[in-house]
Amino acid sequence: MNLRKDFAKGFISQNPVFRLVLGMCPTLAVTTAAINGVAMGLATTAVLVSSNLIISSLRRLIPRQVRIPIFIVVIATFVTAVDRIMAGYFSDLHKVLGIFIPLIVVNCIILGRAEAFASKNPVLNSVLDGLGMGFGFTLSLTILGSVREIFGNGTIFGIQVLGWGFKPALIMLMPPGAFLALGLLVGLINRLPIGKQGQPGRSLNK
Amino acid sequence: MENTSSEPKFTVSAPPHIRADTSVTRVMYSVLAALVPAAAGAVYFFGPRVLWIIVVALVSAVGTEAVVQRLFGRPVTVTDGSAAVTGLLLAFVLPPGVPLWMPAIGSAVAVFVGKQVFGGLGQNPLNPALVGRAFLMASWPVHMTTDWLVPRGGTKSVIDAVTSATPLSVLQDNHRILADPTSTSAQLAQAKQVLMQLHSASAHWHLFWGKCGGCLGETSVVLLLAGACFLLYKGYIGWRIPSSFVGTVFVLSWALGGREGLFSGDPLFNILAGGLVLGALFMATDMVTTPVTQRGKLIFGAGCGVVTAVIRFWGGYPEGVCYSILLMNAVTPLIDRWTRPRKFGTRR
Repeated sequence: MNLRKDFAKGFISQNPVFRLVLGMCPTLAVTTAAINGVAMGLATTAVLVSSNLIISSLRRLIPRQVRIPIFIVVIATFVTAVDRIMAGYFSDLHKVLGIFIPLIVVNCIILGRAEAFASKNPVLNSVLDGLGMGFGFTLSLTILGSVREIFGNGTIFGIQVLGWGFKPALIMLMPPGAFLALGLLVGLINRLPIGKQGQPGRSLNK
Repeated sequence: MENTSSEPKFTVSAPPHIRADTSVTRVMYSVLAALVPAAAGAVYFFGPRVLWIIVVALVSAVGTEAVVQRLFGRPVTVTDGSAAVTGLLLAFVLPPGVPLWMPAIGSAVAVFVGKQVFGGLGQNPLNPALVGRAFLMASWPVHMTTDWLVPRGGTKSVIDAVTSATPLSVLQDNHRILADPTSTSAQLAQAKQVLMQLHSASAHWHLFWGKCGGCLGETSVVLLLAGACFLLYKGYIGWRIPSSFVGTVFVLSWALGGREGLFSGDPLFNILAGGLVLGALFMATDMVTTPVTQRGKLIFGAGCGVVTAVIRFWGGYPEGVCYSILLMNAVTPLIDRWTRPRKFGTRR
């Protein structure tokens, strides 16, 4: 039960993008198309699961005083590996995502899960936590990328969905469109009745 | 005791205690009335097509407000006229040749993103109509910068510089030709001639009456002034923001706007052309998004003027009134905090 909860919480109730509002830099910067969201999300998931695994298994060996540098070294190792693998096998996507792949090292979701979860919990829970959070992140980025791609380009995953005289709104592919889409999606998801923990949600007409 | 009714005999409330019969509804309908002359002028200069743009923008703004308020479970207040003012102002800052879906989308974005997501009238940090314009400008820049119409009585030729495209973009294009070392001497001569014509007295008169290219509601300075005089008389707009806004643009364009060194610019052209008068009188005076303190209003207007001048003279766009007001809207809470008046009898 606890394992399932550790896995599932990343999707809605503690969704890193829409609920915790973490990792905003890649979220806003790369989601100009749905495929970019998937790629960025999966790359982050790979790093997150691997670093959670290592940090959780080393959690009794890491001195508290120097834990942050050690976390960062572990994370940076996996980021470099993911970066090289993507450059080798998915060269086109790697070019599109560019600097944001190396920047996964400073993504607060990864350090946040290392500090808040993996350094305190058993290995299996930590891996599941990383998977859940990573998939939640991937899901959010894909939704955001899809919304921006549909309105900004009339396509989703490169397939035309809006035709018949639709004029794409360029703003959705530019930085203001990222903030606009994210803000409206967070508002929408906060209105969902599912997965609310603790205090009841603030309704709009309080 | 005789007093058995539950109605209190006197009201206890926070200041101010002066009662006036002013209401949101009355202010908003006065603003609409004040905009009617300029709307009629737009229909006269650019043809009946403009009427459709205005109608679509109004319907979309009011409709969006009603639908969104219903969805959010708020009281539906479309009859107070505030959405209609947003729609009409948005129509005023569109080029007269835009396709009709643009005012529809622009008004919907203006009311929803510009106003209702923040909680409705009185809570919006930015001027809704200008949010709508900025959205359209970023989304469909080609329509927003090329769909100009020639006003009645004008011709679309380089010789008739005031009535083709917009005067400000003609000015910017010709300044670029003059600054470009690869321009031929024929091009240089023509650019100089066009600039001479733009800065002539007859061009100033065309700009004043409204016989010039531009967004549909911004061209006729005299009709906008007529409407604004009514609002000034009613006390719904103040003199501070418009005068410090226009004054700052006047001084800066005189000092820095010319090509032959300091104080060689044409300030009259710069205050008559483009959306400055519309922006200064009807958008920078919005009660919600501008400072409440008297000194704050002067600072707000001056800030708008500086940003407008910077965008016009050194920016990529020919016109900067829209962005200047949006930027100053964003710092309005700071201005209000800095200029909070000293309480009587206290030291700062």
